[in-house]
Amino acid sequence: MAGQPTNVRGTPVRSADLKKGRVFTTTYVPRIQYAWDTGQAIGRYLEELKNGRLIARRCNNCQRIMIPPRMFCERCFGPTHAWVVVKDTGTVNTFSLSYVSWDVRRLKKPEIPAVIEIDGASKGMGILHVLGNVSPKAVRIGMKVRAVWKPAQQRTGSITDIAYFEPIKGKAPAAKRTAKKPFKAKAKKSKSRKRR
Amino acid sequence: MNGRVGIIGIGYTAAQPTTPYSSFKELMFEAAQRAYFDAGIDAAEVESFVTCAEDLNTGLSIFDEYTPDQLGAVQKPMHTLTQDGLHGIADAVMQIKSGLVEVVAVEAHSKASNILTPDWILDYAVDPIFNRPLGFNPHALAGLEMNLFLHETGITPQQVSQVAAKNRTNALRNPLAAYPARLTADDTAAGPYAHYPLRETEMAQTADGCVVVVLASDDKARAAASQPLWVRGIGFANDSPTLESRDWVHAEYTRIAAQMAYRMAGITNPAREIDFFEVDDTYAYKELQHLIALGLYPNRPGEAGRALEQGLTRPDGKTPVNVSGGCLGLGWTLEASGLYRIVELVLQLRGQAGPRQLPGAKMGLAQSWRGVPTTSGAVAILSSEQKPWE
Repeated sequence: MAGQPTNVRGTPVRSADLKKGRVFTTTYVPRIQYAWDTGQAIGRYLEELKNGRLIARRCNNCQRIMIPPRMFCERCFGPTHAWVVVKDTGTVNTFSLSYVSWDVRRLKKPEIPAVIEIDGASKGMGILHVLGNVSPKAVRIGMKVRAVWKPAQQRTGSITDIAYFEPIKGKAPAAKRTAKKPFKAKAKKSKSRKRR
Repeated sequence: MNGRVGIIGIGYTAAQPTTPYSSFKELMFEAAQRAYFDAGIDAAEVESFVTCAEDLNTGLSIFDEYTPDQLGAVQKPMHTLTQDGLHGIADAVMQIKSGLVEVVAVEAHSKASNILTPDWILDYAVDPIFNRPLGFNPHALAGLEMNLFLHETGITPQQVSQVAAKNRTNALRNPLAAYPARLTADDTAAGPYAHYPLRETEMAQTADGCVVVVLASDDKARAAASQPLWVRGIGFANDSPTLESRDWVHAEYTRIAAQMAYRMAGITNPAREIDFFEVDDTYAYKELQHLIALGLYPNRPGEAGRALEQGLTRPDGKTPVNVSGGCLGLGWTLEASGLYRIVELVLQLRGQAGPRQLPGAKMGLAQSWRGVPTTSGAVAILSSEQKPWE
């Protein structure tokens, strides 16, 4: 076809060419550091992780108990109202068997990230963590799990103060889960409040 | 529907050197709540959201994923611009003028105190092949610019020191300001050189803070709880950024942005028609360079320095500039800088500026620059009066 570019023979580049400087490249290693303010909600959450317990926030408007805690409710767009200590047990909401590490090595034994719905928090509210002490083949959605905490003196106020979640022996996975209805924001049609 | 766009609400936190008591989400929530309350609306009535943030300043890639919850933007149209907040205002104006939506919230914030290596972030903005390997601090680019700017315009180092003294002193009347100080030009001129001819005292220090601005169509604006301010003009532009061949003397990005805004507002003589100016002063000389680019001294750029010396740009002068304290006095709040200028415009035009209230202010101009090494700028003109012929 007219106008179609023809493939031209290129010049192969080998790693030795790069090492010996036959091909020009520029490298740069960024030296960038941050220290994020945790603020009220996350600050308290981390403090309680160090204490070996999970804490959530309740919105009195929609009655949801939210974990990780936040000072505002994203559904009601108002402040949340109270701290609520929740259990360190829960249910596997979803999981993956991850056979490739973050630095792209193939793993024989997969990492098992999972979202765990926490007992005492509202339906659908969970924390993302990893599962341990379980055969990858045995992991199921709906499986009951509990937090395995690091020893108190090793805890630093971090999500890794929980080493992993492990299955609760003798608790069979829930037979069937009802599908969760997707959240729909209510289109509030309130009149403008005249204040002045 | 006509093309008018009004600002119907502002919400903000004070600029602070550090804000350890709030996460960035909590800062945003506070500013958003105040803005919607000020506008007399519920979050649910905001139809579209624009946030202005730079991933590297936040330490989070794809930062727009981290913004909906605390703004009330869940399941709503929203996006993030890697620009100063004034570009966000321009974005909102376009969304409303196009008829796509009627109410838009624009947000920008700074958590500059959380960046432990700010000069490395700035270095990341410099060309990795031509410039970075040379190894000097990127703030020196402002030194390069200032040097030629003074050389070509005849503006003196003493006049630049006076800008810093004026703005830090203005900040004493602004409860939002992080760095108020009663200083004279002699005080600021005694500061050590950071990047000759630029002194440390002539460089703005970073601050944390958040601003949310609510804009609305003509109909919605008239029904709002607060007095609406009308966006009479808006403009934005970039020059060539190439350090090896750029224009170091003229802020062309601002001149072109201003021409856009003046055309839209029908302004032919900005010095006479606009009552006060909030312009970028990240480095003190930039205030003078930006005022020249805004066309305030059309005959000779050197007049910018003389006008300053005569006190014409002081709050009690003919053309008040940075009554808020500017970046030098209020603090450099990164992408939020432009929105803090909008806050000052709104407070002044509503007559709510307290001890720094300018009598009879009806029209104000805000101008932003994205900082070194950029040539990116924006201009917004607000008025308490609608254009008579619109």
